[in-house]
Amino acid sequence: MKFPRAAAIMQRPALAAGATITLLLAMVALVSLVWTPYPYTDMNIAMRLQPPSARHWLGTDQFGRDILSMLMAGSRNSFAVGFVAVGIGLGIGVALGTTAAVRGGIVDDVVMRLADFTFAFPAVLSAIMITAWLGPGAVNAIIAIGIFNIPVFARLSRGSALQVLSRDFILAARAAGKGMARITVEHVLPNIAGILVVQATIQFALAILAEAGLAYLGLGTQPPNPSWGRMLNEAQTFMHRSPWLAIFPGAAIALAVLGFNLLGDGLRDLIDPKLRRARS
Amino acid sequence: MTVLDVEDLRVDIRTPTGRLPIVRGVSFTLARGTTLGLVGESGSGKSMTALAIMRLLPQAADVSGAIRLHGEDLLQADETRMCRIRGDRIAMVFQEPMTALNPLHRIGDQIAETLVLHRDMARRAALDEAARLLDRVGIREAQARLSAYPHQLSGGQRQRVMIAMALACRPDVLIADEPTSALDVTVQAQVIDLLRSLVDEFGMALILISHDLGVIGRLADRVMVMYGGAIMEQGSTKAVFTTRAHPYTQGLFAALPGRGARKGRRLAAIPGTVPAPDALPAGCPFYGRCPRGQDVCRDNPPPVVEIGGSRAACFFPGP
Repeated sequence: MKFPRAAAIMQRPALAAGATITLLLAMVALVSLVWTPYPYTDMNIAMRLQPPSARHWLGTDQFGRDILSMLMAGSRNSFAVGFVAVGIGLGIGVALGTTAAVRGGIVDDVVMRLADFTFAFPAVLSAIMITAWLGPGAVNAIIAIGIFNIPVFARLSRGSALQVLSRDFILAARAAGKGMARITVEHVLPNIAGILVVQATIQFALAILAEAGLAYLGLGTQPPNPSWGRMLNEAQTFMHRSPWLAIFPGAAIALAVLGFNLLGDGLRDLIDPKLRRARS
Repeated sequence: MTVLDVEDLRVDIRTPTGRLPIVRGVSFTLARGTTLGLVGESGSGKSMTALAIMRLLPQAADVSGAIRLHGEDLLQADETRMCRIRGDRIAMVFQEPMTALNPLHRIGDQIAETLVLHRDMARRAALDEAARLLDRVGIREAQARLSAYPHQLSGGQRQRVMIAMALACRPDVLIADEPTSALDVTVQAQVIDLLRSLVDEFGMALILISHDLGVIGRLADRVMVMYGGAIMEQGSTKAVFTTRAHPYTQGLFAALPGRGARKGRRLAAIPGTVPAPDALPAGCPFYGRCPRGQDVCRDNPPPVVEIGGSRAACFFPGP
């Protein structure tokens, strides 16, 4: 596997668009840490439900809070959820998947049946169950989403690892006296890293979407912490009077998911040209 | 001095439908500084014998017999012990130099790793030694080549790198599985010369696996002809090559396209193909393709007969 160069990225419009959108959102999230147009918790009843204007670019909500500021602050919530949830899935899933591939036999069977079991539940429904059990809140939502990333990465890393393990240089490494643990770290992981990064990008988008869903249902991030999903929920009551309350957070979610999906698809095409030909 | 002593080595693969015998009673001894050639068609059990010695067969394989390295039975050794032996006391070179190197690591690191692993060398010292090894196996500008990736090298160069890796710890036994089959003819000759000079210089024992009688003839002191997982004939290279006591050995030689081969004339071939391990007759595995085959061959294991210094497992041996 060769690593892509900048020029190769710009030749692919989808990849370039995905990279631009995600970079932009990441920058917004970073900026929101030090600056937002208004403090996102500041209420101003006199200015409630204002349409977009020069003072409030994206308008205000029923408490007179600035929508743009809330969206900016909400972006870092989405990123945090994405990173931690994907991190949980990647860390535990890859460890389980590669172990299953390397050990085979009963270990493989147990790990994969557990993955099937987890997979059999609709992810969002199960996340609702978990948050209902652990109690609503950002941390529990992240854990719930993270748990359902585990089987995704476990299966993917098992399959990719098996492919790498069947290659000659693994046998050569064993013939040189390396133990399987070492071979997994030095030979298997670097060779499946590319495909894992692609999947991580796509799972990132799904995590953002799942968190928005949970927050919408009131099971995710709790007030006063900002969340795109909860903004949608609160917008419901005023949707007819002030549609922008729903449009802007909805657009933010859609943009983030689109950005990460384009990035993931683009990276996959870049890493595996054969796959692209098969799909088109 | 005997380095490796293999006694009645048997390998069976467990499958859902039963046990498949892949290697059936292989015995040989190997002395320091000598080369044993293993000849046979694809599927004759040559590579399986090699992997059994390395203890690198898949989990579904049952191995019995004894494989003694300086008297220590490797079949009794645990995996930790085997990891210490592999690459240090027994090393292996594979057929496909294109795929036997990890594409993501520099070749210098891949050679140095073995030294760090088995010799506890510091990385810097290991890389210096790697450069010396590369130089020894005939890679020019070895120092600069250390930082090359496998895809930057030609097939012949990669096979030299593989040999350098295998030699890093000065093993007692080197197993080379078809080391020249994937190379150009001119490069083949260079690699054969290299292997021969390394055997002389390091005094290691070489097990050379090849289907190429020419390669075996140039390198091996002793030859073992395998078919269907069993030894058909063995002896000194000279004896086996001149006597050709077993009909299978004769078939292999007859199938060689000699210098007299003409365009348009059919090459001699052994009729049929190597039978699947579950379709082998109870007696001689070559029964069915053998021009001398009789009923006795089908039902009884053939006796080992010595003719002209060559030992053939056959009821009707002889030139």
